[in-house]
Amino acid sequence: MKAATDLPPVGRHAGQPARRHLLSVADLGADGIEEVLRVTDSFVEVSGRAIPKVPALRGKTVVSLFFEDSTRTRLSFETAARRLSADVMTFSAASSSVNKGESLRDTVETIEAMGIDGVVVRHAGSGVPWQVARWLRQAAVINGGDGWHEHPTQALLDCYTITRMLAGAPAHEGGPGSLAGVRIAIVGDIRHSRVARSDVLAFSALGAHVTLVAPPTLLPPSLAGWPVEVSHDLDAVLPTLDVVYLLRLQQERMREALLPSLREYTATYGLTSTRARLLPDDALIMHPGPVNRGVEIAAEVADQPSSVITRQVANGVAVRMAVLYLLLGSGVDLAA
Amino acid sequence: MAERERALAPPYGGVFVARTTVMAPDDVQRAVWRMAHEIIERNHGTDGLALVGLQTGGVWIAGRLNETIQTVSGVDVPTGTLDVAFYRDDIGLRPVLPEAATDIPFDLSGQTVVLIDDVLFTGRTVRAALNALADYGRARAVQLAVMVDRGHRELPIRPDYVGKNLPTRRDEMVDVSEAGVVLGDMVKK
Repeated sequence: MKAATDLPPVGRHAGQPARRHLLSVADLGADGIEEVLRVTDSFVEVSGRAIPKVPALRGKTVVSLFFEDSTRTRLSFETAARRLSADVMTFSAASSSVNKGESLRDTVETIEAMGIDGVVVRHAGSGVPWQVARWLRQAAVINGGDGWHEHPTQALLDCYTITRMLAGAPAHEGGPGSLAGVRIAIVGDIRHSRVARSDVLAFSALGAHVTLVAPPTLLPPSLAGWPVEVSHDLDAVLPTLDVVYLLRLQQERMREALLPSLREYTATYGLTSTRARLLPDDALIMHPGPVNRGVEIAAEVADQPSSVITRQVANGVAVRMAVLYLLLGSGVDLAA
Repeated sequence: MAERERALAPPYGGVFVARTTVMAPDDVQRAVWRMAHEIIERNHGTDGLALVGLQTGGVWIAGRLNETIQTVSGVDVPTGTLDVAFYRDDIGLRPVLPEAATDIPFDLSGQTVVLIDDVLFTGRTVRAALNALADYGRARAVQLAVMVDRGHRELPIRPDYVGKNLPTRRDEMVDVSEAGVVLGDMVKK
């Protein structure tokens, strides 16, 4: 996580370690990811208690700054912050002065003036969290998803879910912080997916073998430098997998005709019940949500035991507790 | 002391240099035996007793006390581990990271809990542990067992069972393991 290089902190922030951000999975590196996963174990234990709350971030204030719709990321971050005893402020663009024409910069500076310690930013524009990190003087910035670009906490919770679900399985050669030897396919709308970009970085940093499966129109224009294989034949890939990761078809971001029809997409790339039977018995089925049932995944497949979609959501709270604690509380530098 | 804990203690990145051996392995062994007998004596047996070792230094001592109590009384007393990182009062003042997830697979309500740590120093870890324990139920009583009491308390906390009282300077370091108790210093590399 990057240290700020601006003016020395003043007021109640004086004497504290330099603030840090979580903007990209690339900031963490394999060691940083492994450390987040290790600390997450402790927060999974906290989440399982009768009273799932610890006083670690008492007196800190976390703002969720969401310019784009979200259910799980926002609720997950806010739950995580509350379980750490931090105070939570909620901003949603739809009911704010953004509608009166207030700029992003003014909005951000207004919120910081109220005295905050951390901001979770989601925005439809790629790179907005970096810009916000430059404007803020004292608060840590966490990227809660920016445009088509990155969604680092989703990638961390996916890594956590896979490493902990596969622990003890033959495919899992490495330790608790490794995906060495694990074969993962990411299927669907890669082009518009920030989850896919963060996941590819995280999975490959931990040593997994990643295959992208999508129609050519739903792949990014260039995959140069991506540590992945590409396939257009889902049926051929499925029997080799430990994890199949389905992405939501992001129709709200499609500005041109990229697909002949939804039905044709489902016929070729959807995980139907028939196709799910091609998977090895112990393979995991994952999806970042929200799920388009009947499009990228059949409803009955999403509900079968090997589908860990709700487990991902539960782990998401613990992973975000770990990220908030590491950035705002621990004073430990995770930078690669 | 765990390597991780050492790395997070000032001077950061220092190394432990041993000076004096205070307890030999046999002495540590005998202290464990004595404390196990004292715990049974004080509580008139093992009914309602639970052992909780603090991460990281108290965990192995809790395990040894459990073995010894089992040898003496034939009862396997419920034993857990507790990580107090999220309850410390110095979060933000120095690097604080959990070592391992807390593992207390039994209800503490109504139990007599013996907290176990390797070294009692300022008392702040024990303060954090008392707050953490309250989140797992209302214990009937909490007692404290430590291998070494090195003084310099900053809070009104006192141990019930002590392996050895060891006068120290504030800037010294006490290393406790099954291989003995060693007094030394943290030296910058």
